[in-house]
Amino acid sequence: MVKLTSASPRQTGEIAAFIGRRVNRGDILCLQGDLGTGKTAFVQGLAKGMGIEDYVTSPTFTILNEYHGPIPLYHFDVYRLSHADELFDIGYEEYFYGDGVVVVEWPERIAELLPEERLWIRINYGSRQNTRVFHIEGWGKRYKELEEAIRKCWC
Amino acid sequence: MDDIIILAIETSCDETSAAVVKNGREVLSNIISSQVKLHKVYGGVVPEIASRKHIEVIQGIIQQALDEAGVGFDKLGAIAVTHGPGLVGALLVGVSSAKAMAFALNVPLIGVHHIESHICANFITHRQLEPPFICLVVSGGHSHLVEVKDYCDFNVLARTRDDAPGEAYDKVARVLDLGYPGGPLIDQQARLGNDEAIDFPRAYMEDGSLDFSFSGLKTAVLNYINQQKQAGNSIVVEDVAASFQRAVVDVLVNNTLKGALDNNYDTIALAGGVASNSLLRKEIESKGRDAGLKVYYPEPILCTDNAAMVGCAGYYRLLKGYRADLTLNAHASLSL
Repeated sequence: MVKLTSASPRQTGEIAAFIGRRVNRGDILCLQGDLGTGKTAFVQGLAKGMGIEDYVTSPTFTILNEYHGPIPLYHFDVYRLSHADELFDIGYEEYFYGDGVVVVEWPERIAELLPEERLWIRINYGSRQNTRVFHIEGWGKRYKELEEAIRKCWC
Repeated sequence: MDDIIILAIETSCDETSAAVVKNGREVLSNIISSQVKLHKVYGGVVPEIASRKHIEVIQGIIQQALDEAGVGFDKLGAIAVTHGPGLVGALLVGVSSAKAMAFALNVPLIGVHHIESHICANFITHRQLEPPFICLVVSGGHSHLVEVKDYCDFNVLARTRDDAPGEAYDKVARVLDLGYPGGPLIDQQARLGNDEAIDFPRAYMEDGSLDFSFSGLKTAVLNYINQQKQAGNSIVVEDVAASFQRAVVDVLVNNTLKGALDNNYDTIALAGGVASNSLLRKEIESKGRDAGLKVYYPEPILCTDNAAMVGCAGYYRLLKGYRADLTLNAHASLSL
């Protein structure tokens, strides 16, 4: 597991963009963190790294936002779902096992439906205002490599 | 001219809704899933209708819309349906149903944009209202400032760069333990509080754009609450709610007025769920009046996601000659 600290929302964006430049079709990123830790800011950076020009807005109400760049980005926020199986009504399989990158906010709420191999990113508040602590862990070979790339550059 | 009766369907997010609308502005029925009492009884328990169960309820909702309107399939002149933006899996249920009916009845099929529908809700409440005007569409998922140049002719002046205002309300309500949905609950608390108690930031874009941003405000509220807790101070929920709401409304009202005046509009309309907010209505009415502008907003039920507004939007699309064919598809990120 990689542990790193971001000093500002801007640096959070840079870390995310670094990952965005390295993602592949079919990748699953799980983004865990309390309200206000910067999950949307992270996805904004990720999208930028993926070459997506559009504004990335919060999908809390809409549950899923799609962005169409060189690789599609599917941005889920499953906070409003009361049961994991509500994801079936949305047709989540086409996204999770599709042609784009999936990022899921509040992934712990749908744990039983998450693929075993994934990148898990946990964001916590740091000790000073605006700082955030990231714990990033890859599950499976592909994501271990991604974790390693992050460690080399940011630790 | 003969009456044109449209059956409209809306399934873009949580709600399943069907409506029958006559000549664009007369609502004969408007059935919304969350407002309907479920007839089926499961083991003696009557559950609430779950959100996004479109496929399970759509036929019943359509039938109820026709029954309540006293209209048979043979009287329908067109079928209108929301085809984006929204959840594709949800939209597809409405789009497929609409296609099947339009094909079977051999009547025109019309695809409608969700934001366009919200704007058209104003035409139902205000029979005399006509374009041009400027419309602030604010809801859980959207915040758009739109120039309505004519029926079916729109230009997006501004939108949010992060959170929609309805979302900011929900999130602040969550940290204040007020419950969901946050809009009405915060509005209620705010009426009892001092809106000058805490000076939360107003986000205006440095580049002169009228775009909105509510994420920083949400974080400022969170920081304030955490700081007070750490300092051992108690939090006056009413004051936090009032000060937060004031910060949201200030930005919405100022940007909307600026958008109207800069672009020479004399009329402002509100739409979407947040258009039901009491402070937003009051402020935009008084500041709009001071600036010599007329202000309109739909009745509360038409601010929610509903199919009547889709029927109105579909009517004007029909008059302008728009027709979809049976390849009509659902689009998650359809632009206006």
